[in-house]
Amino acid sequence: MSDSSIGQPVHRREDERFLRGQGRYTDDIHLPGEAHAYFLRSPHAHARIRGIGTAAAAQADGVVAVLTGEDLAADGVGGLPCGWQITDVDGNPMKEPAHPPLAQGKVRYVGDAVAVVIAESYWQAKDASELIEVDYEPLEAVASAARALTDGAPRVHDEFDDNCCYVWEIGEGGEVDAAFDSAAHTVSVDITNNRLIPNAIEPRAAIAQYTPGEERYTLYTTSQNPHVTRLLMSAFVLQIPEHKLRVVAPDVGGGFGSKIFHYAEEAVLTWASRRVARPVRWTAERSESFTTDAHGRDHVTRAEMALDGDGHFQAMRVRTTANMGAYLSTFAPSVPTILYATLLAGQYRTPKIHCRVTAAFTHTTPVDAYRGAGRPEATYVVERLVDACGRALGIDQAEIRRRNFIPKDAFPYQTPVALNYDVGDYEATLDAAMEMADVAGFEQRRAEARSRGRYRGIGYSTYIEACGLAPSNIAGALGARAGLYEAGEVRLHPTGKVTVFTGSHSHGQGHETTFAQVVSDRLGIGIEDVEIVHGDTDRVPFGMGTYGSRSLAVGGTAIMRALDKVIDKSRKIAAHMLEVDAADVEYDDHGTFRVAGTDRTLSMPEIAFSAYVPHNYPLETLEPGLDEMAFYDPTNFTYPAGSHICEVEVDPETGRVEIVNFTAVDDFGNVINPMIVEGQVHGGLAQGIGQALLEACVYDDASGQLVTGTYMDYTMPRADDLPSFRVDTRNTPCTHNPLGVKGCGEAGAIGAPPAVVNAVIDALGPLGVHDIGMPLTPVRVWQAIQQAGGSRAA
Amino acid sequence: MNVSLTVNGQAVTRDVDPRTTLVELLRNHLSLTGTHVGCDTGQCGACTVHLDGRAVKACSVLAGQAQGAQVTTIEGLADGGLHPMQSAFRECHGLQCGFCTPGMVMAAVDLVKRHPDPDEATIRDGLEGNYCRCTGYHNIVRAVRRAAEQM
Repeated sequence: MSDSSIGQPVHRREDERFLRGQGRYTDDIHLPGEAHAYFLRSPHAHARIRGIGTAAAAQADGVVAVLTGEDLAADGVGGLPCGWQITDVDGNPMKEPAHPPLAQGKVRYVGDAVAVVIAESYWQAKDASELIEVDYEPLEAVASAARALTDGAPRVHDEFDDNCCYVWEIGEGGEVDAAFDSAAHTVSVDITNNRLIPNAIEPRAAIAQYTPGEERYTLYTTSQNPHVTRLLMSAFVLQIPEHKLRVVAPDVGGGFGSKIFHYAEEAVLTWASRRVARPVRWTAERSESFTTDAHGRDHVTRAEMALDGDGHFQAMRVRTTANMGAYLSTFAPSVPTILYATLLAGQYRTPKIHCRVTAAFTHTTPVDAYRGAGRPEATYVVERLVDACGRALGIDQAEIRRRNFIPKDAFPYQTPVALNYDVGDYEATLDAAMEMADVAGFEQRRAEARSRGRYRGIGYSTYIEACGLAPSNIAGALGARAGLYEAGEVRLHPTGKVTVFTGSHSHGQGHETTFAQVVSDRLGIGIEDVEIVHGDTDRVPFGMGTYGSRSLAVGGTAIMRALDKVIDKSRKIAAHMLEVDAADVEYDDHGTFRVAGTDRTLSMPEIAFSAYVPHNYPLETLEPGLDEMAFYDPTNFTYPAGSHICEVEVDPETGRVEIVNFTAVDDFGNVINPMIVEGQVHGGLAQGIGQALLEACVYDDASGQLVTGTYMDYTMPRADDLPSFRVDTRNTPCTHNPLGVKGCGEAGAIGAPPAVVNAVIDALGPLGVHDIGMPLTPVRVWQAIQQAGGSRAA
Repeated sequence: MNVSLTVNGQAVTRDVDPRTTLVELLRNHLSLTGTHVGCDTGQCGACTVHLDGRAVKACSVLAGQAQGAQVTTIEGLADGGLHPMQSAFRECHGLQCGFCTPGMVMAAVDLVKRHPDPDEATIRDGLEGNYCRCTGYHNIVRAVRRAAEQM
C-alpha cells in the first residue's frame, strides 16, 4: 500500500447504506411468527397498586398474553442490577433499592411499567392495554432532590428510612476550610445543572426470540454495549446461562449514553419470548422515550473558591445534590461522584479541593450517564466559578485562566482529586482559540452591536475531561462492579482480506471507517479489504462497549494489541519462508517484511496465504492460521482538554440569545480521521448549546408529572437554533496508548454550556445581570434583565 | 380498506386497517424500512418522503390519503447511483448514526427544489422540521449547499 490514511479525512464506509435507506436498525428486523408487545405504564409518580385486572385485556382480539410483575416474581425473575456501588462517608454501601422490571406493589415514577400486553399486532396490544384495570392508590410524590431530602418528604422506597442514596466526599475538608479561613478573596456561585432527556432520534427497541431446540435466546436491542446487557441479564435478572444468550445491537440510531443501560423492556421481552413461545418485539413511542430513557444531569451545587491577592486559586469547596430518580440505573451512582468530583481541578493548579455529594431518590425517571456524564457538570461548576472569580477580582477572563493553568512542563500532574493528568498544553489551545475567535476585535464588535441596541458578550470555557474509561483496578476500587477493558480480534483470511471484531459499538461514531484506517495502515492492506464487525455477542469475543469517549483509546488499543500479535506471528512465518532468523526480519509497520539489508520482502497477504496453506511453514513450532485477539486494560484515563469561546448577542427587548460565533480548539491527542473528529465536536457542541439555551426536563414537584414529555414541550435544537462552528485542534499525543489518542465524543457537550452562559453574563453585565441559570430561554433572560433593573439601562 | 398507490415507480395495492399511516404502510406492508419513525407527534421529520413531489411527514398522512398518489422514499430517490444530495451528505459528513438521514435527505431535496440557490439561513430555516441529534446540523448545511450547486 502506498500512502497512509492515518490523519486523513477518509469518507465513511457506513454512509452509503444509511444514505440509501439500507441501514438495519432494530425496528427494521422482523422474525417469523413475531408478536408485538405494548407496555402499560403508570400515569402516577407514586401509587400503591392494589390490584391489576387483566381478564378483559387477555380476552381481547389478538391478545397472546398479559403479564404483570406478579408473573415475573412467580418465575423468579430478578431485579435490574446496578453496576456501581458507592461507599458513603461513613464507610457504608449506598442504599440500593430493588428494581423490578415490571412494578411490584408500587409505582415510583410516571412511566414505570406495570404490565405488558403481547398480541398479534401492535394495535391489538395497545388497544388491549386500555382494558387493563389497575387499581391505583395515588400517594404523595416528590420530584426535586432538595425536597426529597427534607424531613417528612414522601419516601420513594419503604425499605429505607429516608431518600438519601448516599453522601460521598473526596478531598481533605479540614485543609480546604483552613485555606478559606486565611484567603484574601473568596467567591461563590450557586448553580443548577438542568436535567436533560437524551433523545437519540432512534427510539429504544428490542426483539427477543427463544429457540427451544437449542435452549437459546436471541435479543436484538438498541444497545451501546451488547455484551454488558448479556452479562447483566444472564447473571442477575433472568439467570439464563450466559452462553445461551445472544445479544445483537445492529445499526443503532444514536445513543449519547442513554443506550448503555440495561432496561426493563429487554428483560421482560426475553423472558416473555419463552413464555409465549413466540418472538416478541417492542419499539418505544417517543413519549416512552421521554419517560423511560434514563435522563441526564440534574445537579444543584454551591461552589466556592478561595484565592490569594493575585488571583491564584488556593482551594475549592463544592457541595452538590444529585437527583438519582426513582431507581438506580446501571451506572448512575458513578456519575455524580467518580465521573464528576474527580474533574473539579479542571485545567488548574488548585492545590486543595473538597467536594461532598448527596444523592437523592425522587419519584422521577432514573438518571444516569448522558454525553459527558459528570464531566459536563464538573466543567460547568469550575468554569462558572472561575468566571465569577475573574469578575470579582477584575481580572480578564483569559488572564485568570492563564494565571492558574497547569503549565505544560508540569506533566504528569497529580490533582488533589485523584486523577493523574499525563499530558497537555492548555495555553496552546487557548491561544489558538482566541486567535480563531478574533478576541482582539471583540470590543469593537461589542460596541457595534450596542449601536444596534444589542448586548454582545464573550464567554470562555477551558475544560478537561477524563476519558478512555478505565483502568479496571482503579474503577473497581472506586466501586465498579465490572472491568472496563476492551477486546479486539484481527482475523486475516487466506486471500489477504481482514475481518476485525471489536467490543466497541458504533452508533454514529464511524468505527467502521476509523478502525479500518488503523488496521489498514498497520497491515498495509487496503481499507476496502478490512471489515469491522461489532455489536453481536456471537461474533465478537467480548466487549464493554462504547461510552465515555473510549472507543479508539481503549477499543482501538485492543485492536492494536491484536495486530501486534498478528505481526509477531507473521514475522516468524516470514523468517521461515525467507529462510532467515526472525531477528533478521524487519517490519516496516505498513505491511512489508524485509530481510534486513536486502530487497527480499514478503507482504502481509502472502504471509496470510502461507498461514492457511501451510505447505512451506514452520508447523513444528507454529500453529497454522492468522487470527489473534487481545484484551486491553488501560493504565490511566485519557485527558482531552480544550478552549471554547462563545460570542453572543442578546436582544434586551425579547431576551433572545443569538450565538454569533462559537469557537472550539481541542486537544484530542493524535487524530486518525479529522472529518469524523470534527463531526463529533459539532454534535457535542449542539447538545451543549442545547442544554445552555433550550433544553430542560421539567417535573411538577408536587405531582411528579413530567411537564416536558413531548417534542412540543422539550426544546431540542433545530437547524435554525444553531450557528456554524469554528473548530480546530492543538494536539498533544496521549502518552499511554499506542495510538496516542484521547477521545473526542463528549468534548462539545462538556465545554459548551459554561462558554455560552459566561458569554451571556458578560453581555448583560452592563444591565446588572451577574447570574442566570440554564437553559437561557428568552423568558428567563428577559426576567433576569427586568430583575436587575436593566430595562431602565436598556 | 384497500389502498392503491405508486411507490418508487411501482404500482402497489394493500389491504390495511383504516388508521394505518403512510409510514406504517411503507415500513410494515411494503418493507421499505429506509423511512424511519422518530416520534409520534410529527416533530422529528425522520419519516419524510415525497408525496406527489412534495416533502411530507409520512407519520402524519394516513395511508388512505395517499390513494392514487406517487410516493418516493429514500430507496427510490436515485436510480442506481447516489442522488447529488446523497453524495453531498457523504462528502460533507452530513450524517452520523444515519437514523434521521433518509428524512433529512428527502426534506433537503425538496428544499433545493423550492430554493435552487439557498444561503445558510434559508437552509437552516428550511430544515427546521427535521431533528438531527448527532451532527449539530453544521455538516448537513454544508451538504445541502454543495448539493444545490450540483442539482
